[in-house]
Amino acid sequence: MNEDALHILLADDDDDDRLFFKDAIKEVKINTVVTLVKDGVELMNYLEKPDIVLPNLLFLDLNMPRKSGMECLQEIRSNNRLKDLIIAIYSTSALEKDVKGTFVKGANIYIKKPNDFAILKELLTKVININWQYHTSDFNKENFLLYVQ
Amino acid sequence: MKLNIKYDINICCKTILQEQLDKLELAYIINGLGEIELKQTIGDEKYKTLEAALNKYGIEIIKNPKQVLTQKIKNAIVEMVFLKETLHTKKNSAFLADRLNKSYNYLADVFSEVTLTSIQSYIILQRIERTKQEIIEGELTLTEIAWKLKYSSAAHLSNEFKKITGLSPTSFQQILESRKKTDFTSQE
Repeated sequence: MNEDALHILLADDDDDDRLFFKDAIKEVKINTVVTLVKDGVELMNYLEKPDIVLPNLLFLDLNMPRKSGMECLQEIRSNNRLKDLIIAIYSTSALEKDVKGTFVKGANIYIKKPNDFAILKELLTKVININWQYHTSDFNKENFLLYVQ
Repeated sequence: MKLNIKYDINICCKTILQEQLDKLELAYIINGLGEIELKQTIGDEKYKTLEAALNKYGIEIIKNPKQVLTQKIKNAIVEMVFLKETLHTKKNSAFLADRLNKSYNYLADVFSEVTLTSIQSYIILQRIERTKQEIIEGELTLTEIAWKLKYSSAAHLSNEFKKITGLSPTSFQQILESRKKTDFTSQE
């Protein structure tokens, strides 16, 4: 593997979901560094620190206490330093209005959380693989839209 | 007021390269497929200055031979998908093998080792990329885009688009249009 590792950040308030996610990511072929946060306030505090390595890919749960995923999405897209982050909404909801709504507000990827661990691994592999291609080629990230379920 | 632009990335890159190389007073030829031939050897310091100047534009100098070949394959694929307007009878594998003067199997091996994906998958991603551009430009119908990109039909294009992105071309178009209306601050 020649390229550096992919930095992944997950914001999710559910302890089990965070654990599943971390385990599933371990099985993806691409080299990753994973950071986990528990809610929207913790997420924004983390992102606003000046000395962190910005994640290549942010997985954002919609339903979080203190600050929702939607609020974070909007804040991130209006922040000059953060606006180019690739954001994957990671949610139990599959309502069309949520999916389209988050894309319109600037999300790149929408993943409906699966109940099955094997399916989660498959979905994450697909997302990370495609994101990796965007990271290592000159694809237009603004048009990067991906909906997986 | 808003300005809608479209750009030719090849011209952009070539111009940047010329400007940066001229700045350092280097004699050079820009070959196709992402190669610059310097007409003299270049010292460490000048090399680093050049590298830093190019990096600011997102242009990287590649050193590892497998990475070099992979980039050449990617460039050839872009050529195949984006620039070859005429229907060619050659298969993708034959085109690449001929273009790069290596066996397709060798190219495929190196490519998947470096990128962790296959040439075939990458070709599909590039076709989808081009489809997106055409949709955004809004000048062609889906059927016309399908014909241009050598799909057998608009249905075939839609199916591949949906398979890879999870969205239909129409949904994709609607989302991008809605984004423009939301006075979305993320403009490049």
